[in-house]
Amino acid sequence: MEQEILLLKGNEAVAHAAIRCGCDAYFGYPITPQSEVLETFAELEPWKTTGMVVLQAESEVASVNMLYGAGGCGKKVMTSSASVGIALMQEGISYMAGAEVPALIINVQRGGPGLGTIQPSQSDYNQATRGGGNGDYEVIVLAPNSVQEMADFVELGFELAFKYRTPVIMLSDGVIGQMMEKVTLKEQRPRLTNEEIARKYPWASIGRTPDRKPNVITSLELQPEIMEKHNLHLQAKYREISQNEVRYEMSGSETPELAIVAFGSAARISQKVVDLAKAEGIEVALLRPITLWPFPTESIRELATKVKGILTVEINAGQMVFDVRYAVEGRIPVEHYGRLGGIVPSPDEILCALKKMLKP
Amino acid sequence: MTKEEIIQKGSLAYEKPSLLNNNTMHYCPGCSHGVIHKLIAEVIEEMGMADKAIGVSPVGCGVFIYKYLDIDFQEAAHGRAPALATGIKRVLPDRLVFTYQGDGDAAGIGGNETLHALNRGEGITIIFINNAIYGMTGGQMSPMTLMGQVTATSPYGREAAIHGYPLKLAEIAAQLEGTAYVTRQSVESVAAIRKAKLALKKAFQISMEEKGSCLVEFVGTCSSGWKMTPVDANKWMSEQMFLYYPKGDLKDITKKEKS
Repeated sequence: MEQEILLLKGNEAVAHAAIRCGCDAYFGYPITPQSEVLETFAELEPWKTTGMVVLQAESEVASVNMLYGAGGCGKKVMTSSASVGIALMQEGISYMAGAEVPALIINVQRGGPGLGTIQPSQSDYNQATRGGGNGDYEVIVLAPNSVQEMADFVELGFELAFKYRTPVIMLSDGVIGQMMEKVTLKEQRPRLTNEEIARKYPWASIGRTPDRKPNVITSLELQPEIMEKHNLHLQAKYREISQNEVRYEMSGSETPELAIVAFGSAARISQKVVDLAKAEGIEVALLRPITLWPFPTESIRELATKVKGILTVEINAGQMVFDVRYAVEGRIPVEHYGRLGGIVPSPDEILCALKKMLKP
Repeated sequence: MTKEEIIQKGSLAYEKPSLLNNNTMHYCPGCSHGVIHKLIAEVIEEMGMADKAIGVSPVGCGVFIYKYLDIDFQEAAHGRAPALATGIKRVLPDRLVFTYQGDGDAAGIGGNETLHALNRGEGITIIFINNAIYGMTGGQMSPMTLMGQVTATSPYGREAAIHGYPLKLAEIAAQLEGTAYVTRQSVESVAAIRKAKLALKKAFQISMEEKGSCLVEFVGTCSSGWKMTPVDANKWMSEQMFLYYPKGDLKDITKKEKS
């Protein structure tokens, strides 16, 4: 397959991009608003072309553990789900973080809590950026704001997952997953052979070769001294990721009076707010975190020296706002605007919230 | 005579399989796990699959099986071993993939994963150790605990009105379209061990032939959990457990093929 430009939903783009970047397996369970991922895989039948495995599991619990098994063999593996299903996967994600199994997990968020709604939301921010399961661990969180990024972050996600031997979460939402946009898909890349995997990833439990000791993929160690050492190793890895992998995008005014910090679809809407504000003579900069963990703390701290106030726009009750306030350290006001229950805020209401910040 | 003099090739009547290493096992005296570990090592070695075998260990007493068998292993979350095995087997179809699980793991918390992996006909073997109790956590009631059996969480005996009934997992597995071979074995005597080894080998072979999934149940003892001597535990197992969990093949599709 050559490079190709198609009109796709974010969820569909994920499947196309995964096959093309040489993904080895997808395990998933249907849930709105992301069922198109599994449906697209089923339609494209990659097992007939690249040999990629696609399997509908009996539950999200099973999907994430299939991911652990196949990822533990050094294979490029992924799953996708929406909020409720991702909550079920937390056990497996914690195990993968502990056992250092690389994998890509896509969350096309919907409103909660509980069964909540099938409409878009960003209310899993805290869950994604605080590890999500039990134990001291972090996962890299990528937040796409377009169909193109949903496609591109599949490959980036795998790259980071293997570079650091960690699960990576792509935190999308019902807007990005469901909307259709033009997307450029890269050419087909080959999957790694078992021999390449055994060479490249000497830790993989791919079948013991006579020249090495057995590989054991495990998160368990009963001796606390050894377990502490393992935890310190994980923490050192997280510090390295924090230093190297922060990604964000600045747009809008270069001489801003106010700034918006927003990710994913909220950032997309906020682009319009920047234009509306400019038309009314208000200069606004937009900082879009692309990695939610590691968070662009330093850049926001610096931004805080240039503006009078920051508004975080999130489709939740105010979660990222605490990370922004931590970065700003009380120097300027930081407010939050969001809608709940699956309602996506309009540019006008965000503009109103922004204007309030200018009132004495 | 020194130990080295005694252990000489010529005077050896019995040898430990090379895949079973010299680490001291953590199992209690009288426990079935050690013997079953040895059988797994022997069968893999005889099949020449040491480089192709990938095991999945459970949460329970068997969790550290990877410390004793020198093959690649993955350690699963409680009950999820069949899902891990599915993931492994799907991306590495030419590997010998098996899980090693207790009754709380495979029939309790992992019941769903067990049934679905078996029913998908994954080319895996689930080695299922049924000792009717949670051994690792100190002898609590499991799904396989017999009626009237006293455990830490059924101190007055298992009662149907409160606890429901023991689960005949192997009988359910035998009904599934996806299973190729389902058998129930034990290791309390030399004769039983020999039979069990043949059954295990058959399961491993079938799992490599794309015929379906295999379940090998071992009815086993937990002398510590049952609060019995090893001898009494074997006696109780033979007299009580084999009544409710009768030994033998429950399903064997290779027999149908022959007739």
